[in-house]
Amino acid sequence: MSDHHHKETFITKYIFSTDHKMIGKQFLITGMFMALVGMLMSAIFRVQLANPGEASVLYNLLPGAWVNAEGALNPDKYLALVTMHGTILVFWVLTAGLSGTFANFLIPLQIGARDMASGFINMLSYWFFFIATVVLLSSIYVEGGPASGGWTIYPPLSALPQAIPGSGTGMTLWLYSITLFVVGSLLGGLNYIVTILNLRTKGMSMQRLPLTVWGLLVTAILGVLSFPVLLSCGLLLLFDRSFGTSFYLSDIIINGEALHNSGGSPILFEHLFWFLGHPEVYIILLPALSIVSEVIAVNSRKPIFGYKAMVGAILLIAFLSFIVWGHHMFMTGMNPFLGSVFTFTTLLIAIPSAVKVFNWLATLWRANIRFTPAMLFAIGTVSSFITGGLTGLILGDSALDINVHDTYFVVGHFHIVMGLTAIYGMYAGVYHWFPKMYGKMMNKSLGYLHFWGTFICAYGVFFPMHFLGLAGLPRRYYTNSSFPMFDGLADINEIITFFALAGAIVQAIFIFNFAYSIFKGTKASKNPWNANTLEWTTPVERIHGNWPGELPVVTRWAYDYSKPGLEKDFAMQTEPLHEGEQEH
Amino acid sequence: MTNILIALVVLLTIAALVQLVRVNELLSEITNTDTNAVTDEDNNTNGILFIIIGSGFLAFVVWQMVTWDHLLLPPASSLHGAEIDSLMKVSMTLILVVFFALTPMLFFFAYKYRGKKGNTAYFFAHNNKLEVAWTVIPTIILTTLIIYGLKTWDRAMNPDISESTVIEVYSKQFDWTARYSGLDNTLGESSFLLVEGKNVLGVDMLDENSTDDIVVREVHLPVNKSVLLKFRSRDVIHSAFLPHFRVQMNCVPGLSTQFAFTPTKTTAQMKESEGEDFEYVLLCNKICGSAHFNMQMKFIVESEEDYNKWISSQKTLKNTLTLK
Repeated sequence: MSDHHHKETFITKYIFSTDHKMIGKQFLITGMFMALVGMLMSAIFRVQLANPGEASVLYNLLPGAWVNAEGALNPDKYLALVTMHGTILVFWVLTAGLSGTFANFLIPLQIGARDMASGFINMLSYWFFFIATVVLLSSIYVEGGPASGGWTIYPPLSALPQAIPGSGTGMTLWLYSITLFVVGSLLGGLNYIVTILNLRTKGMSMQRLPLTVWGLLVTAILGVLSFPVLLSCGLLLLFDRSFGTSFYLSDIIINGEALHNSGGSPILFEHLFWFLGHPEVYIILLPALSIVSEVIAVNSRKPIFGYKAMVGAILLIAFLSFIVWGHHMFMTGMNPFLGSVFTFTTLLIAIPSAVKVFNWLATLWRANIRFTPAMLFAIGTVSSFITGGLTGLILGDSALDINVHDTYFVVGHFHIVMGLTAIYGMYAGVYHWFPKMYGKMMNKSLGYLHFWGTFICAYGVFFPMHFLGLAGLPRRYYTNSSFPMFDGLADINEIITFFALAGAIVQAIFIFNFAYSIFKGTKASKNPWNANTLEWTTPVERIHGNWPGELPVVTRWAYDYSKPGLEKDFAMQTEPLHEGEQEH
Repeated sequence: MTNILIALVVLLTIAALVQLVRVNELLSEITNTDTNAVTDEDNNTNGILFIIIGSGFLAFVVWQMVTWDHLLLPPASSLHGAEIDSLMKVSMTLILVVFFALTPMLFFFAYKYRGKKGNTAYFFAHNNKLEVAWTVIPTIILTTLIIYGLKTWDRAMNPDISESTVIEVYSKQFDWTARYSGLDNTLGESSFLLVEGKNVLGVDMLDENSTDDIVVREVHLPVNKSVLLKFRSRDVIHSAFLPHFRVQMNCVPGLSTQFAFTPTKTTAQMKESEGEDFEYVLLCNKICGSAHFNMQMKFIVESEEDYNKWISSQKTLKNTLTLK
């Protein structure tokens, strides 16, 4: 391998880089930027929900036409904000920002490879993602505004510009953008799978893979199997919108005009969409949960409890995630028997999920916990996974779903179990691997402040939403003042908005800490956390090719922490087994 | 002006943070320690914070349950709804028990096993008995819950509809219309191509079942009598949501959907228990456009006598639409 010594220019190092570490950082920075945009959007619509129909300084951030003469947010633009917030957070932040960052950064480092199987394809994957980002953001500024039919873009609402202004150019750009996004994520995903299967260093058997790599591998497989379905789903919608086909449209009168479309079914769209949509939940969750397993083991100074069960749980969750999509569609009028089947498969997911939680608790039991900011976020992840996962037992049960479907109960549920869990996992990952990414340490005290502030505000935002849902309040309402039955809920909305704004401000601490530490942070040592995995055997200064000399040889699994009989409380994967020592 | 002020606040905050970090670093330089290494003191502080803030979180949860209990939906006003409520009670109790067991355990472990220099963690990589136990126990509990849930679902979805009053609920951006099937209890044929002028539902007036149909903007139901709602949509997907009856079904253009239920409490009864302002209401629960948040129709449940009086005062389609 000689090509890792070639001379790097600014452009090949920072922009069109084929180095997986740089590409990972590109995904991270783009993801963080999008997270900021998405969070600002949520802050804006939270202000509307707490003070419906009133003007606010925050609206100055919006294009002028979004606000009416009195300075209040227009109802269709409220929906635009909700739609873009969902799209950005689900796809840009928690899919690309999370998988893109950690799969790229960690896979070669943790399996002992010089780079991804194809550095060039890897670079393409980022640049497709980047163009998708530009297209999506530009859709905010077109006439009619961006897509406004919810991030699930159900037709006919998303198919007909007459139905809502955002279904014009904005929706077309949304579809183009998602198409580019899917291409990028497929290129990345294939690369991750091939790399993990083929480029593991000597001794790195599948049974010795760190759980992060297992999680990222299964995530990539889920993505490769489900994203193409979203692509075809979107293409058919594009045909309906632009070429007069009727895949999803039938028997429609809009603005007094009867459309010629007949024979199509919006339910077909929903099936195709959720065939991606549900695995997508685990595309988001599995990397976060795997990062958390790693961070908890390292900072508990204990092996992860039940390594094999953890891998089994990941595989089982991944398998089940492909046969549960119908629980998003209990109320579409599909055959109730089908609903029964989906209830059955959905509730089964609770079993591997419970196993994961118990295994984390067992890992913490009799540990010697070191509270790095990453560890705090990892424990926060376990907490939100418990809190949010449990309400899934209500929503997954078709009979109970009748009355909580599409209410704020759902919003509370998925923001905790998917949103918070994944974001916490992502923060845990960033704090944990920042020393490897930038060769600097992030400030510890600011990290503590960031965690506790986030932890308090996040539950303050999302827990009360369950009560709104149980009061019958539907999601995606511009205001709930039109129904006297919701008059009592105004206080709850104000509490939520207060915590949402406070939580947004707390995130500034992180952004500051991140930026400051890159330039002014204290220098990191080679293995600051005394961790076992291979990335901590690489030099602090980034080099193309990861290891200056030979590739490391692996002789043990990743979780020999506090192993009796060893001198130190950790044994790196490259440390040969001592005489008479059994492999875990 | 406000923009300038906001910018100023942001700048000052950044400056304050920079100074904070600087002081932090200088202090550690003086004492010759690594500012970012985790100390026993840090472990203590964070462990104790897990107890304090963790308890705070649990207290917040309990506070919400107590304070906001009166805001939640009243007990179901329908036959199947009462069964759903029982299932809800069982499921809710189960998840609350698990939540109040696991969450304190997590925070307590974080506190109890906070690190100390010189301590060693207990090497505990797996234990088959434990792992089998916490796989099998959830499986048994879930199986029971699944069976209970499926039975409730089955009964809610497949009631006897042979005697049900048939009513069509028709959605469009952004209102609802209802059509009673009249004396023959059969809805006349309809098509979106026939929507014109006063015939807002596109009813086929050549079909003789149509003539006694009654179109209204407010639904009256006789108490304790089964009703079959049939849904149709004119433009985009809407969802008919009647939270008090535990009824929800999507209205899909090009597809006919339905939901049958039996109301058990009259509006007057509900006004007594829930307050004078109480009304049953139909909401839209699927994003459908700008005025999604204000798409409603009143439902009134009354005695059979009052219902008969009301329905006989309504005009049939034969009287309101001129035959072509």
